[in-house]
Amino acid sequence: MSALDFSFVDWDIFSKFVLKGMLFNFELTIVATIGGIVLGTVLALMRLSGNKLLSTPAVIYVNGMRSIPLVMVILWFFLLIPFLIGRSLGAELSATITFVAFEAAYFSEIMRAGIQSVSRGQVMAGQALGMSYAQNMRLIVLPQAFRNMIPVLLTQTIILFQDTSLVYAIGAYDMLKGFVTAGKIYGRVEEVYILAALAYFVICFGLSALVRRLQARIAIIR
Amino acid sequence: MALEWQVFLEDDGGGRTYLEWMFEAWGWTLSVAGSAWVVAMVSGCLIGILRTLPQDTRLNVGLARFASAWVELFRNIPLLVQIFLWYFVLPKVFPAMQQVSGFVLVVLSLGFFTSARIAEMLRAGIQAMPRGQRYAAMAVGFTTWQTYRYVLLPIAFRTIWPPLTSESMNLLKNSSVAFAVSIAELTMYAMQVQEETSRGIEVYLAVTGLYALSAFTVNRVMAFFERRLQIPGMVVAGNVGGGH
Repeated sequence: MSALDFSFVDWDIFSKFVLKGMLFNFELTIVATIGGIVLGTVLALMRLSGNKLLSTPAVIYVNGMRSIPLVMVILWFFLLIPFLIGRSLGAELSATITFVAFEAAYFSEIMRAGIQSVSRGQVMAGQALGMSYAQNMRLIVLPQAFRNMIPVLLTQTIILFQDTSLVYAIGAYDMLKGFVTAGKIYGRVEEVYILAALAYFVICFGLSALVRRLQARIAIIR
Repeated sequence: MALEWQVFLEDDGGGRTYLEWMFEAWGWTLSVAGSAWVVAMVSGCLIGILRTLPQDTRLNVGLARFASAWVELFRNIPLLVQIFLWYFVLPKVFPAMQQVSGFVLVVLSLGFFTSARIAEMLRAGIQAMPRGQRYAAMAVGFTTWQTYRYVLLPIAFRTIWPPLTSESMNLLKNSSVAFAVSIAELTMYAMQVQEETSRGIEVYLAVTGLYALSAFTVNRVMAFFERRLQIPGMVVAGNVGGGH
């Protein structure tokens, strides 16, 4: 058993190499969550609209995205964006657009379930008060749907955070890349993978513990 | 721009066409995913059962703790990092593992990663059953093994079949991450051939199509078994799934 050597680890590694990448992971997670929920809600509303012209494209988009691996979607956008707009946006921005578009498909399924979990009586009551479709959605249905789905949305966000590591495929600078870069410079290529795993574990475990606590609180209110 | 599909008939420099190479890559994707599925099902079901054992002996308490640790460990580290750990770190720490092929290491990492998710599903499936089922089994004198074999698992598996279907599709899609350690599967193929031929769109379209086709096939196969396993009159509650 050959020994691993962690003596090179100090604060510099974190501040010089890892922090920049970690911030990118967080930024990507936050942008993709917010963008994905907004876009996903629109997709869910299209799908539930009952109008074929609206629901068919939404169904194709959501099912299409969900049947392709995320890595392929990342590669697709990285290939297509320069092709469509004539110049490269860089790996980071390309990854951000990819994640919003990809996660929208998953968030839309969650929001669809959320909207369907709001009882029909609520919609009818809104209609009885003379509310328009937009008012009914904005004031009655979506707030309840969103709240019912908060635990699922947050769990999805944690999965999303783990998935941001896949920007490795197009070489964007994320936390893993930060660790690997440091490992190459210090000649400790194996050790940094353990550190990366540890960092991810602490963050994801912490976040899921938070979600569990939140879940318990929401359960009490009901 | 016009698509030029004849790129697939060109020679890759090694005596095979890009089309032949693509089907070889598809074969790798399917064998990685298929083997990992077996690893994931066996270990996932075992871990899931351990987490629901009656907490009456010290051994069972210990086993349940081990199972919880397993789930947390494999669930909270991204698959890509886990693959790197198996591929680079473990062979360095345990030199005996240097003999193990990259294929096996990727299968193990993908399998164990998925096992944590399957274990959680099975645990939820078992715990969702009325407690009376377990008590009834005890009352007729079943051992713990018999209780699981004849009472709990037959129902729990049917309950978790729909999420198990989407998890199996996830596993197939996740096999794409094996590109990171140069397993010659579809994503690796797509990246390499895109570089070599600069016909990225054609290559990506073909590979994406194969992934979609494979995922769809998994879905149909699982749905077939779902129908065959159905107990008349038993309604399984729908589930809301996230995940990839």
